[in-house]
Amino acid sequence: MLPFEYIRATDPAQAVATVAVDPAADYLAGGTTQVDLMLKDGIISPQRLVDITRLPLKWITADTTAIRVGTTTTMEELAADPTVSERLPFVRDALLDSASPQLRNMATIGGNLLQRTRCGYFRDPTVEACNKRRPGTGCAAMTGHARMHAILGGSQNCIALHGSDLAVPLVALDTIVHILGPGGVRRVPLTEFYLEPGDTPHIENVLAHGELITEIEIPLLPEDTRSVYLKVRERAAAAFALTSAGVAVVLEAGVIRAARMGLGGVGTVPWRAWDAEDVLRDAPATGETFRAAAEAAVRDPFTMPGTAFKVELAKRTLVPALHTVTGGTP
Amino acid sequence: MAEIPAAKTSLAECEMPGTFEAMESGAIPAGSTTESMRDTGHDHHGTIPEVTVTMRINGRPERLQVDTRVTLLDALRDRLALTGTKKGCDQGACGACTVLVDGKRVLSCLTLAAQCEGREVATIEGLAGHGTRHPVQEAFIRHDAFQCGYCTPGQIMSAVALLAEGRAGSDEDIRVFMSGNVCRCGAYRNIVAAIREVAGRTEA
Repeated sequence: MLPFEYIRATDPAQAVATVAVDPAADYLAGGTTQVDLMLKDGIISPQRLVDITRLPLKWITADTTAIRVGTTTTMEELAADPTVSERLPFVRDALLDSASPQLRNMATIGGNLLQRTRCGYFRDPTVEACNKRRPGTGCAAMTGHARMHAILGGSQNCIALHGSDLAVPLVALDTIVHILGPGGVRRVPLTEFYLEPGDTPHIENVLAHGELITEIEIPLLPEDTRSVYLKVRERAAAAFALTSAGVAVVLEAGVIRAARMGLGGVGTVPWRAWDAEDVLRDAPATGETFRAAAEAAVRDPFTMPGTAFKVELAKRTLVPALHTVTGGTP
Repeated sequence: MAEIPAAKTSLAECEMPGTFEAMESGAIPAGSTTESMRDTGHDHHGTIPEVTVTMRINGRPERLQVDTRVTLLDALRDRLALTGTKKGCDQGACGACTVLVDGKRVLSCLTLAAQCEGREVATIEGLAGHGTRHPVQEAFIRHDAFQCGYCTPGQIMSAVALLAEGRAGSDEDIRVFMSGNVCRCGAYRNIVAAIREVAGRTEA
């Protein structure tokens, strides 16, 4: 690992100015991805790290329309927020189903959204072929071992999975990302924040170099909304999702009046299941409806022999999640 | 992590611009200092960026000058000889390096020492009082909650935090909220029993 300069930032605008002008500079927050990739894997080597954890960007506030969360709020802090528990239980559950308590005490909300993929080829510097690390070198997962990879939103160039649980309900909720750049503040919907790999897997989101997420704004759903986060993984805790579903519905006399759905473990980006929502809207809350929605959710997958199982598993995650969310108290 | 050569000159001595002190004073002109820092980063002049950190460890103030790359784990073990905190995976997956920072359990292997300025760090060495073990230590012994013992300091620090978080209400909760601590000897049943006892429960 190359040496780096460490700067403890105290002012957001100055932090942005410092990173924006220096291609070799980067931000440091909880460190659970950044330190891992720098010190341990040697995948990235910024020469200047600007620590943003002392910036005044840690808050959770709520009004009648939205919860606003400062970017350096930790995952444990957000999970403990009473408004989140009361109004957005699937956000709380996605948080508590993530990582471990230790990592959740470190990892920030902004950092969670910007976490890098767990693709083993991306994280192995001895592997030559990785379009995400080195554009134009190919994708080792195409001929190698693909299992914890994406089946939606991928291409021949990259099938690296976005591993966030939190982003699944957030993308379903039309969360807004507030971004501070050298030129000021802009707001981007989370559904438009991430970029599918296409021909440029190394470009993962709309952030320009130096832009900093300062807060996220999570719109609240009507009070009679029920929500569920269901995660399928290879052990009961402290594991990434094979598949997951974050669903929220408003039910009226057995008919689904409103539906939001995000999928985890399947997408190169946190996946909003728009087509499945269309199937659910104004349909009766029956197993038949749920199966049709599940079919729509994973239509036209891009699979490898090692990832093909996820098509069926995603459906078998979504259907019980819908049964649970419509069947009683979430 | 490979051994890091000791720097010959401190940050302050070589008047490197852009140190955190300069940043905090608001004196750093962002763009203009970049090149000189990058040279330093590349070690062209035999100097590796360091940072001075003041923190309290088990209640005692400590002042360290460390390479910016040094983790809290390595600072504890290699600089302060507090070897109770263990290096397991060194990648955030096993929990052997768990310590408390400002009362919260974190992984010292993924925390840079530089990030701990002004923080209160608690390690396994600070848990016992004078001549008296912490109740969690007592319970681990009574319930035979370890075999090789390598993960035990992390297990105990994590358990202390879990009890403080109020998450020992059921065996199921203990298992879920201790999931960041892996025990390759498989002492999980006894670890759960030890924590349950300290929580004041007699059954699952």
